[in-house]
Amino acid sequence: MEEHLVDWSRAQFALTALYHWLFVPLTLGLSFIIAIMETIYVKTGNTVWKEISKFWMTLFAINFAIGLATGIIMEFEFGTNWSNYAWIVGDIFGAPLAIEGIMAFFMESTFFAIMFFGWDKVSKKMHLLSTWLVAIGSNLSALWILVANGWMQNPVGMVFNPDTARFEMNRFFDVLFNPNAYSKFLHTVGSGYVMGALFVVGISAWYLLKNKEGVKAKKSMVVGATFGLITSIFLIFTGDEAAHQVALNQPSKLAAMEGLYDGHRRAGIVAIGQLNPDKKIGDTQEEFLWSLEIPQALSILGFHDANAFVPGINELVYGDTDEHHIESASDKIAKGKIAIESLKAYKKAKKEADPLAAEKSLAQFRAYEKYFGYGYLENPEDIIPPVALTFYSFHIMVGLGTWFFALFFFLLYFAMVGKIEKQRMLLRLAVLSIPLGYLAGELGWVVAEVGRQPWAIFEMLPVGMATSQISTTAVQTTFWLFAVIFTGLLIAEIRIMLKQIQIGMGEH
Amino acid sequence: MFESLSLLTLQQYWWFVITLLGGLFVFMMFVQGGQTLLNTLSKTETEKNVIIASLGRKWELTFTTLVMFGGALFAAFPLLYAVSFGGAYYVWMAILFCFILQAVSYEYRKKPDNFLGQKTYETFLYLNGSLGIILIGIALATFYTGANFIKNDMNLSSWTNHSYGLEAVLNPFNVLFGFVIFFLARSQASLYFINAINEEKIVGRARKQLTIDASLFVVLFLVVAGMLLLMSGVAYHQESFSIVEYKFLTNLIETPTILALLLAGVVLVLYAFYITLFRRSTKGIWFSGTGTVLTVVALLSLLGYNQTAIYPSLADINCSLNIENSSGSHYTLTAMSYVSLFVPVVLGYIYLVWKSMDKEKLTSQEVEADHHHY
Ligand code: HDD
Ligand code: HEM
Ligand code: HEM
Repeated sequence: MEEHLVDWSRAQFALTALYHWLFVPLTLGLSFIIAIMETIYVKTGNTVWKEISKFWMTLFAINFAIGLATGIIMEFEFGTNWSNYAWIVGDIFGAPLAIEGIMAFFMESTFFAIMFFGWDKVSKKMHLLSTWLVAIGSNLSALWILVANGWMQNPVGMVFNPDTARFEMNRFFDVLFNPNAYSKFLHTVGSGYVMGALFVVGISAWYLLKNKEGVKAKKSMVVGATFGLITSIFLIFTGDEAAHQVALNQPSKLAAMEGLYDGHRRAGIVAIGQLNPDKKIGDTQEEFLWSLEIPQALSILGFHDANAFVPGINELVYGDTDEHHIESASDKIAKGKIAIESLKAYKKAKKEADPLAAEKSLAQFRAYEKYFGYGYLENPEDIIPPVALTFYSFHIMVGLGTWFFALFFFLLYFAMVGKIEKQRMLLRLAVLSIPLGYLAGELGWVVAEVGRQPWAIFEMLPVGMATSQISTTAVQTTFWLFAVIFTGLLIAEIRIMLKQIQIGMGEH
Repeated sequence: MFESLSLLTLQQYWWFVITLLGGLFVFMMFVQGGQTLLNTLSKTETEKNVIIASLGRKWELTFTTLVMFGGALFAAFPLLYAVSFGGAYYVWMAILFCFILQAVSYEYRKKPDNFLGQKTYETFLYLNGSLGIILIGIALATFYTGANFIKNDMNLSSWTNHSYGLEAVLNPFNVLFGFVIFFLARSQASLYFINAINEEKIVGRARKQLTIDASLFVVLFLVVAGMLLLMSGVAYHQESFSIVEYKFLTNLIETPTILALLLAGVVLVLYAFYITLFRRSTKGIWFSGTGTVLTVVALLSLLGYNQTAIYPSLADINCSLNIENSSGSHYTLTAMSYVSLFVPVVLGYIYLVWKSMDKEKLTSQEVEADHHHY
């Protein structure tokens, strides 16, 4: 394989996914907020609410278009850049993607047309229904894609077929009701709702600071802050559940998220701290330069048991067979290599029509099958994802989540007691929190995806095995093309958006 | 219900679903065709806005059908998806770039402060409608003519050259196939405008334009169909593949259903041209649309059935793909077959929505009055 191919493929996927995720959260959240606003209009008949809904819809459409542009790339990238992956796990992974198309995308794009062009063509009720269906459709698309992603984090419901040399699905409902997928789905759409709310309160705050759109801005603020307060509580609870799932299924990710090198019972959580950059796996240096720890919290949050043992990076790499039955990574790699060899022997015996040898190799393969993916790794240390990136991303996300909750709380409080336009500091913070919302979401994905390394499918398929066998130059070429095009379109999107906000709510 | 079907039957069923999605996609390409006629059919800014509005309300359906086509291929024939997308890398990437450009262009074209300017977005639409469509045609044509890939024991594939799909443009059949689809899309665009827009001048120009595009389409289609029927194809018997002369012609003769579909499809398309050009009918798009779907179903069926390769390997014929060696497992195809029962539901609500939206033909008054026009 060409050197760096996998790194460029990862970089390209990361680039396109991070871009896609700049637009998706707003679609998820704003669609519901608009639906709520239009519901108020239909219920009260007050046309101010219609104008408000239409204003936010205009911004929604600008964002939606570029969401589609970035999404189509991702769908096909599984083939163009991860073609081995597409074959090896396509039997399981392809299904949710196809279902997403049938159930969600068509719903979204069909009712989108009514939402935007149907005001005078269909009844008020039908229009409202369409707006809700756009919101539901976009959330359904999140469901199916996260079922796919949840499966990558916690693969279930399949067997390895040695004849085709790939995984095949044998329990659809295990894939569908994967607990990991559900916690992911709830937390991710939750982050979209919070993003939508941040967007609405931030822009409304800007209007209030500029003394524009007084009534409409205040009404939007109330809807946005209420929605935000409820969903940010939801986000914190689902985030906790996400961490619980990580603790159960992905100990290496959890250790990296927490910068935990040596495992403990009654492990604490570092609330805030700075990692020691010289620390290496296996050495005795301090993990942190300084830190503030909440005792026992990690055991409780991760395993809902203060006494639970949380394995650290060192145990995961070097094993701890006496006390905690953790196998060392080098043992797993050795067993994985046996699995690979016995699969080869099986294939050879099949070709030579030697059923006895085939049966023997197959039995050996089955005995070591579980380690198959490990056989493609080189060093025991490879099983640990980049610690600093995962750690800081996680901690900043959690910090921001707490901040958003506080922000919505105060905004709603002042909006209710009626003096919101006087709270200029708070309003400024609300405007500033729009980019912070995007940051938190992107960091969340960095935790989830970087924390999964070196695996594409957790403990089954390392990323190096998953790429298309093309030249690095080809991937570099498209990487830069994407970088240029998406950045250009992003600039266009932001400028159009800002202009529409400047024009104000009346014109829509 | 689907569990009891044999693996082969499921594979055949799924190949049919793929051909159907392909057919719907080619039909919906009238949006792309229309994008290339933007300047030809409009003389004033208002006329241009009307054309954009009539296309702009449909483009997402076409786009989503492409996404769906990709998703269904991935789920049902993962190896075909992996080999083609992961090998003909440059071609598929170029296609995707053309579609990225389309996705933002309608919405951003006229918005104040749009950074790139109206002209640029219109050029994007043109690129999507021309280059994008021709390349899709070329990529589809390689399913007949083959590509330079090999696969190993583990079914992992790679390309044997470094042009990653671009070499396909050296084969005249592939290129002509691209242009056939291009002129079909443009012809259908005119038929669509004639049906959907109530502006005399635009409709008049569309009729004139149809004469040109339809003639080019018919001539090119005959050439390509001729080449296809005279061409050799790759057949298989159990696990070994071989080149067979007149394979597609043979398939056509041996499977009368496909022949009937093909003839019906072609006749419907020609009938659409006839009633539009000589009877001044406005209903042509429905006939040509149905005809297009049937024709594409028939043409893609020539690949999937009768022991034919769906993707011949030019590098090592025994690496070729057929519906049997590239599909998902029995279990997955069964599960997906249940899911496919949703397709009629989806088609149903799409039909109802558009029936209520298109009750009246589009006029410049409506477009001007619409606050959210493109
Ligand atoms: C506005 C965005 C946002 C905010 C404020 C938070 N999250 Fe989050 N988080 C996400 C947006 C996000 C996300 C983008 O939606 C991710 C990426 C992948 C996923 O499943 O959700 C995510 C992932 C993610 C993961 C990794 C899941 C995995 O690897 O499968 C954990 C453990 C948490 N979050 C936990 C939290 C906690 C405890 C928070 C406390 C407030 C929190 N998040 C706030
Ligand atoms: C839209 C939100 C998402 C973002 C921002 C995101 C982010 C990332 C990042 C940063 C990487 C690179 C990790 C690394 O190489 O260190 C990555 C890799 C990857 N992600 Fe995601 N991801 C997203 C959603 C998904 C989903 C939903 C899936 C699957 C359904 C997925 C599948 C993959 C695959 C296959 C790779 C490449 C293999 C790998 O590097 O692990 N991603 N993603
Ligand atoms: C690697 C994984 C992903 C793939 C392959 C993917 C694919 C796509 C595609 C093809 C579209 C265009 C749909 C259309 O034609 O109508 C799209 C849009 C969308 N995707 Fe993704 N997506 C991914 C990640 C995600 C994630 C993680 C979420 C949500 C949690 C998400 C939510 C959406 C939504 C809501 C849209 C609607 C358009 C918009 O937001 O502007 N996607 N995606």
